Amino acid sequence: MKALLTGDEAVARGAWEAGVAVAAAYPGTPSTEIMENMGKYKEVRAQWSINEKVSLETAAGASLGGARSLCAMKHVGLNVAADPLFTMSYIGVQGGLVIVTADDPAMHSSQNEQDNRHYARAAKMPMLEPADSGETLDYTKLGFELSEECDAPLLLRITTRIAHSQSIVELGERKDVPVRDFVRDFEKQVMLPSNARKRHVVVEDRIPSFMEFARKHNINRIEWADEDLAIVTSGVSYNYVKEVFPNATVLKYGLTWPVDVELAKEVRAKVKKLWVIEEGDPYLEDTLKAAGVQVDLGKDKIPLLYELNPTILRELLVEGTEAASISVDVQAPPRPPALCPGCGHRGMFRILKREKAIVAGDIGCYTLAAIPPLSAMDTCICMGASISSSIGMAKAAEAAGRDNKKSCCVIGDSTFMHSGITGLIDAVYNNATFTTIILDNHITAMTGHQVNPVTGETLQGQDTFHIDLVTMAKACGVKEENISTVDTYDLTATREVVRKHWEMEGPSVIVAKSNCVIALRQKDTEYVVETDLCKSCGNCISLGCPAISKDENKKSTIDPTLCTGCSMCAQVCPWQFIHRVDEEYVPVVKPRKVP
Amino acid sequence: MSENTNEQVTSILFCGVGGQGVLLASNLTTAVALEAGMDVKKTEVHGMAQRGGNVDSHVRFGKTVHSPIIPQGEVNFILALEQVEPLRWAHMGTKDTWVISNTQKIHSLFTGTGIAEYPEGAQEEVKRVFPNTIYVDALKLAEELGNARTVNVILLGVMARKMDFELEHWQAAIKKNMKPKLVDLNLKAFETGWNYAG
Repeated sequence: MKALLTGDEAVARGAWEAGVAVAAAYPGTPSTEIMENMGKYKEVRAQWSINEKVSLETAAGASLGGARSLCAMKHVGLNVAADPLFTMSYIGVQGGLVIVTADDPAMHSSQNEQDNRHYARAAKMPMLEPADSGETLDYTKLGFELSEECDAPLLLRITTRIAHSQSIVELGERKDVPVRDFVRDFEKQVMLPSNARKRHVVVEDRIPSFMEFARKHNINRIEWADEDLAIVTSGVSYNYVKEVFPNATVLKYGLTWPVDVELAKEVRAKVKKLWVIEEGDPYLEDTLKAAGVQVDLGKDKIPLLYELNPTILRELLVEGTEAASISVDVQAPPRPPALCPGCGHRGMFRILKREKAIVAGDIGCYTLAAIPPLSAMDTCICMGASISSSIGMAKAAEAAGRDNKKSCCVIGDSTFMHSGITGLIDAVYNNATFTTIILDNHITAMTGHQVNPVTGETLQGQDTFHIDLVTMAKACGVKEENISTVDTYDLTATREVVRKHWEMEGPSVIVAKSNCVIALRQKDTEYVVETDLCKSCGNCISLGCPAISKDENKKSTIDPTLCTGCSMCAQVCPWQFIHRVDEEYVPVVKPRKVP
Repeated sequence: MSENTNEQVTSILFCGVGGQGVLLASNLTTAVALEAGMDVKKTEVHGMAQRGGNVDSHVRFGKTVHSPIIPQGEVNFILALEQVEPLRWAHMGTKDTWVISNTQKIHSLFTGTGIAEYPEGAQEEVKRVFPNTIYVDALKLAEELGNARTVNVILLGVMARKMDFELEHWQAAIKKNMKPKLVDLNLKAFETGWNYAG
């Protein structure tokens, strides 16, 4: 039966059809929907892990425990999971183990566009790269077979345009795959140096078996056509090649580590020109060149950065392609994502900006506070780095003899659980004074509202316990008197707490509690502005709330369909022109100071 | 344009602001095409709902569809849920492209706060470059139906009238792909668009 599925849905479906028993992941665009969908299958023990390292180790343990297992993550997530990745390549599997990496060329929602194909080569792990949802489903199933037949974990590599594009798949039935026994095998499963030395030999010796498997299942294919031009490609780029060069011979690699270079040599011998068209790094190109295959066109012409698409290929490579026939004299304005109307994070960033704090930021919805008009974030590196980099900032400030009082970091509850705890313990252990602000809306919001240990719920709704962040901060060694909680909707209280923390000795923690407005979905009231009286001071505008805008006279106005009644704008209006819709406006004689 | 089956591929670019229902409109379209036995591919952007960013979704259907991303110059329809958004994607179309757009104006964070200007004359510019443009006050029509969130399905109805699928196919897709309690409202919304006389 045919269905239209996204690549992420196809991974989940393929894993289910392959009899997967255990699945674990940490949310990360564009991979999040894989585990969201796995969670819907009652036959699968699917769970949100606290971070990607734990998810891979969980899947690895399940595999060694005899079950077919899957873990999934975005490209930077594989960096977090890299340690178990490399060693599991040495250990191999019991139940098949498929590790999904969902890369993000063009950084639709990521802090870099690293090309994770390099991981397969570095870890000597077989890698399959599907080109659409149908292939994603098939390769997921094949991946488990390959993993078990060749005794290696398998890397399944997709990209945003596969993960979040829909195309047709053929649905099948679930295969009943019994969970194998746990096997004691000291030399294979305990990676002491003496065992690892022997396993490395196995790692090298098994490489031909991956290509044998690919041949047996026709995973790579040559589509013979024109003898003038052959194009080597893989993944989503295959679709663009077919769109733009319908008559070219195409060598499509589905197993992209190891690369069966014999196929390229076979094609090379028969065609006049051979091009390599791939997104990202010249991964296939370099592999072919190293094997002595002459490549006539590759990254010398094909862009290294960002995504490919048919338009780019046509403009670069097809003679006589016309430029866009439509050009407009009126431009659509930038429309970036913003913190939602009523988002609790807004209050904290407002105060930090007014305090002229140095803010080390982290990854989550709150990263949006970095853009104008809030512009309240000074650094942002990767998950958990806000806390650990603040340790370094404190030490550098010490070395410089510089006042570091207003150095702080901002991290979400999910990010803190992911990789912030270790930084906080380190700050205590290594005596670094700065303020850690945990924005606790007890949900993993940016990726689409997944539950986490602070939420106190699991993906499949089992009983669990909920982590209290104040208790956690104490457990990390932060002094009780250095821990505060605050409601960030109360800007005055938030300012008081923050100022108190600048004066504290040693690491301190503020737990800022709020409810994610999307998750909560309820509205107290609305606020209105006495627009005619507005003096355009810009205070409410500087909050960066999408519900508040300047009208044609530059006076503030609030959109009632967007307002959630959080009251922050009312708190910052010096003349108190902003009030609840069900209350009367009360004129004041003079303006007040606002937080 | 290449000489293969591209003439048989219909390409629609859906666009709007996160939260307006761009993805639902594109999903209903792919459902109709799939039911009609065609090859279908679409792209999506996730994460912008509620957060006010711009959203676009490419839908392509026909005998064989290769690229899910529409090549420049091959957009047959732009369906826009917001007034200025057609201009963001105008370079993807040609003078033959049909543009069906909402008149509704939604500020971005930057235009609302004065960091950037929301341009004057967006509708006129769209009509200038795309002679086949229909602007619809879909918000007013949706409010008349009692639910402002039906702008997407109303506009879908307007566009659908210019396509080759029968009304029954669209109605079947709505019944099959929406929650039961929402079906009636959306059938009415679609019909409103289908019968829109401008």
